[in-house]
Amino acid sequence: MGTQPLLDKIKKEQMRTDHPAFKPGDTVRVHVKIKEGDKERIQVFEGTVIAENRRLNQSTFTVRKMSFGTGVERIFPLHSPVIDKIEVLKSTQVRRAKLYYLRRLRGKAARLKEERYTEPESVVAAN
Amino acid sequence: MINGIIAKKVGMTQIFRSDGVVVPVTVLKAGPCVVVQRKTTAKEGYDAVQLGLVEFLNPKKVTKPMAGHFKKHGDVAPVRLLREVRLEGKSDEVKVGDKVLVDQFKPADKVDVVGTSKGRGFAGFVKRHHFRGGAATHGSMFHRAPGSIGASAFPSRVLKGMKGAGHMGVERVTVKNLQVVQVDVENHLLLVKGAVPGHEGAVVIVRKSLRQ
Repeated sequence: MGTQPLLDKIKKEQMRTDHPAFKPGDTVRVHVKIKEGDKERIQVFEGTVIAENRRLNQSTFTVRKMSFGTGVERIFPLHSPVIDKIEVLKSTQVRRAKLYYLRRLRGKAARLKEERYTEPESVVAAN
Repeated sequence: MINGIIAKKVGMTQIFRSDGVVVPVTVLKAGPCVVVQRKTTAKEGYDAVQLGLVEFLNPKKVTKPMAGHFKKHGDVAPVRLLREVRLEGKSDEVKVGDKVLVDQFKPADKVDVVGTSKGRGFAGFVKRHHFRGGAATHGSMFHRAPGSIGASAFPSRVLKGMKGAGHMGVERVTVKNLQVVQVDVENHLLLVKGAVPGHEGAVVIVRKSLRQ
């Protein structure tokens, strides 16, 4: 047996399965644990996912938000224990995987088209 | 107590600590090993064990001299890879045929890893000895050359031991005091913090650090 399956196994053990599915274009709220001295508190970072980097246990995603007129981006390691939870607030229709073009757009131009509502499969099946 | 094991490098990845800090780790498939030969001060002049890595081996690949070696010291099943590990202090209880597993290590232990470095072929000064080289641009005509390698009329030769270009890598390298991050006895896996010499699949010896 080659060594790659062993390595993949170790990597997969590191991965968290408790996150909801989200993709570039979604608006998410990321709850981050922050340690201050010996106290721990939760900080929330809300913004648009503009990129994801899928590398098994090393996967990251980039969230962009406008803070007092300035664009702020944060790259989170998806499987880090520092992330308390991720909430998906909104999904939009986007046509590319990396939404870096949003960086040069401001205000109305930086809006994304909301995803058309599709009936969940369970509902479709019931009808 | 045997303080060493034969391992194969599986590859590198990262592990999250509970506080979110990322630890770079090398995954090693360590063992299972078996004691093939017991070397003693009385007979060989030093105290050591010869370990064999237990893995599948085509019986046809065992040469007659090697088959004899395995039979002579205690009739263990032939193995392909043999490495020697020194024994420290009193260790009369070690016998031929003893199993050597990763369970001798536990997280936070310090280990030394001995292996063979990756081959770099004929390498230049900059790669081999970390010479700085010259500027790449701005009209520089001095890029990766060594510069002066000595004086002129005297001594009229290059001094011995002068650093130069040449073959690099494929040499025995010991990385000391690597921290054990995780031990998986069931799957014979050992995770150590940091890099280990050699390519993936390379054979290394992991032993407890002498200096604790």
